[in-house]
Amino acid sequence: MEMPSSNNSIINDKDRLIGLFNQILSPNSVISDPYETKAYECDGLTAYKCPPLAVLLPRTTEEVSEILKICHEEKVPVIPRGAGTSLSGGALPTSDSVILGTSRLNNILDLDIENRMVRVQTGVTNLSVTEAVENEGFFYAPDPSSQLVCTIAGNIAMNSGGAHCLKYGVTTNNLLGVKIVLMDGSIMELGGEYLDSGGLDLLGVVCGSEGQLGIVTEAVLKIIPKPEGARPILLGFDSNVIAGNCVSDIIGEGILPVAIEFMDRLCIRACEDFVGAGYPDVEALLIVEVEGSAKEIDEQLDRIKVIASRHNPVAMKESKSDKESKLIWLGRKSAFGAMGRINDYMCLDGTIPVSRLPDVLEGISSLSEKYGLAVANVFHAGDGNLHPLILFNANQEGELEKCESLGADILNLCVDLGGCLSGEHGVGVEKRDLMTNQFSRQDLEIQMRVKDVFDPDWLLNPAKVFPLEISMERRLN
Amino acid sequence: MRPASESELADLIAGRTSPVIPCGGDTRPIGLPSAGKKFYLGNLNRVTQYEPGALTLVAEAGTPLKTIFEILNEKGQMLPFEPVDYRGLLESSGEPTIGGMVATNSSGPRRVKVGACRDYVIGLRFVDGEGNIIKSGGRVMKNVTGYDLTKLLTGSFGTLGIITEVALKVLPAPTHAAVLLIEGLPEKLALEVLNRSLNSPFEVSGAAHLCSGVDGHPVTMIRLEGFQSSVMYRAEELSKYFEDTVSITVETDSERIREGWKYIRDVGPFQNRKGDVWKIITKPNEALSLVKGLRESIDIEVFYDWAGNLIWALVHEGTNLRDYLQGLNGHATLIRASDDNKSHLEVFHQQSIMELELKKRLKHKFDPGNILNQGMIL
Repeated sequence: MEMPSSNNSIINDKDRLIGLFNQILSPNSVISDPYETKAYECDGLTAYKCPPLAVLLPRTTEEVSEILKICHEEKVPVIPRGAGTSLSGGALPTSDSVILGTSRLNNILDLDIENRMVRVQTGVTNLSVTEAVENEGFFYAPDPSSQLVCTIAGNIAMNSGGAHCLKYGVTTNNLLGVKIVLMDGSIMELGGEYLDSGGLDLLGVVCGSEGQLGIVTEAVLKIIPKPEGARPILLGFDSNVIAGNCVSDIIGEGILPVAIEFMDRLCIRACEDFVGAGYPDVEALLIVEVEGSAKEIDEQLDRIKVIASRHNPVAMKESKSDKESKLIWLGRKSAFGAMGRINDYMCLDGTIPVSRLPDVLEGISSLSEKYGLAVANVFHAGDGNLHPLILFNANQEGELEKCESLGADILNLCVDLGGCLSGEHGVGVEKRDLMTNQFSRQDLEIQMRVKDVFDPDWLLNPAKVFPLEISMERRLN
Repeated sequence: MRPASESELADLIAGRTSPVIPCGGDTRPIGLPSAGKKFYLGNLNRVTQYEPGALTLVAEAGTPLKTIFEILNEKGQMLPFEPVDYRGLLESSGEPTIGGMVATNSSGPRRVKVGACRDYVIGLRFVDGEGNIIKSGGRVMKNVTGYDLTKLLTGSFGTLGIITEVALKVLPAPTHAAVLLIEGLPEKLALEVLNRSLNSPFEVSGAAHLCSGVDGHPVTMIRLEGFQSSVMYRAEELSKYFEDTVSITVETDSERIREGWKYIRDVGPFQNRKGDVWKIITKPNEALSLVKGLRESIDIEVFYDWAGNLIWALVHEGTNLRDYLQGLNGHATLIRASDDNKSHLEVFHQQSIMELELKKRLKHKFDPGNILNQGMIL
């Protein structure tokens, strides 16, 4: 993976630039000591690292605007950063860039329960939105595994999903409006405190633009009444392929569970060792969760059990209590952490049509053999969003490259099966150079023209999303 | 023009300098009438992929919606957002197409629970103003690969590109429905009841209030859908919220329920009535004061959908409703009016100068020669 060469004239001008930032920001908002900026050298994709020139932590939309005006004037690249949990290198700096962190934009501005919405500053964490409204009987639906720490800003940049988006959709489906600062410092509102913004859906294109179109400082989020109850069932199978078929059948028969999650044996064992979630030791495990009243839950689970029975399950275990349910989800949401305890790994994020689950699992298994690297599978099966985890030894020469190459093969397999490179983690730097496998040059050209409109100098998160060579002309202009 | 294929359409557009009006079934003449030659997409009418087990359907833009409904019905699935059929209101004929539905981001009563048309468009193909064939999104439910141009094209009224194929997420259709009907409620109480229902855990999928129902009396409608026992359970539980204060009838006849919500969806109350029709989007708890303010100034008739998020309004021809909507938290669209009044009053809501400028620049990037639906939005 290559990053663009840095602009030395910016690096040499560091002291003057820091002076400019200090003039407009409240005290203690600029981090420039190389010892301290090191904490920002990477995000959740730790294979690539580079400390930024400085880190700026504004407290208001106006401060963000002032920062961007300076960077626009001085042509300094800006890397937006929420909590730094991106798994695709979305917040990876270059040495001539400043990081604009949202961590101090952390106020919940308005709880409008009556109208089913909240307005927040985007540095708030995903989970804190739900915490703010749960006493009123509501929740915020997108639930990435990192929800304890990840920010709404990052969620909007990456259009984050989570385990429960099979029923409730991803960030873009739960976002009503934003306040956004463009690269020239101008501040505007898109959408607002109502359903459906009129005219061209700029809000829709800002969400998921990986911080390349503007800095979102405030968001209006849709909140949803909590269901009366929810309960998962564990279904164990002898093979990944059978589990894949079962998923397709459940959906095809008119049941829409709130989540259908998949784990293979490697992952099940790691999670069991880590949190003791009570998972059966099987080749492939499905966690299927349904919602409603106690009776509605029973009925839906009965239907699911009937369908599962047709696929010769080797284990069927309903959660019997809230405590058990919590543990089951804790295990699932800790899967990445649990795998990290036993091995270095790279986490992929391809999506395929649900009907192709058996094909993709077979394909991954033969690619894994071909490369001699183990792959653990844990993913959102209901919507076909895979998270293959490639295990490798980061300290062994050449192993990272081998792992990257296997990763690329797996993602290209997803594209070949009618899927895409990224379901919820974003392209970042990680999948940037694979974009030409999914899109034609013309498809990418028109996407880049959208960036031209919002950020003509290509200063916002410039070396992400698009292959370096095709964005080069725009970046160097 | 009736291009036979996407590639023929692209060839016809490439190098063209005179204006073009993309057309599906010609049933939604909503925007400002634009000069130019109509390009009908009726020959692009194949359903290219339908996978019930993956909840996805891909169809060419000119595919009639009735074909889509038939195919989905067979497998017990649906387009969850209930696209509006505008033929009655706009006195148009022809067959609504899936491309037209997407180009206008058309959603009906269920939008309040499941989201809008734009939330179910997972990918599309289009021909831009220079004749390039572009694809965005894909055929899978979750996709964050590259910018979401699909959202940008959805609801762009054919001004950024001519949509040639769309991929949609579909959902299982409910097997049963029940509607709580409450008669005679004053508007204030009606809106409170609707919002309280939406704020309950009972998954309300329709929340409308007619100030004057078919029999002339106000009627408030709350829809519940799903498996039979679940629907009946929720109808009972939700009724308990209100039964002390109001009298509730539970309608379970599926035909009557279908007709009732079609009436709301297709703006039935204002069909075959003289006057201009406006669609106002606002915050639910601001709906009533907004309507009261309007009534003090002009002759106006309204009904509410989406628990007040959506207000349909009928006014005398040529009334500039926006004069009375200063400070509106939302936006108003002039859906039905004479061409003269449309151009004089403007169909779409004014936006900030900055937003307008951004949109103009985007339009220029997609259609540098400004040949696609000239002047319709921008």
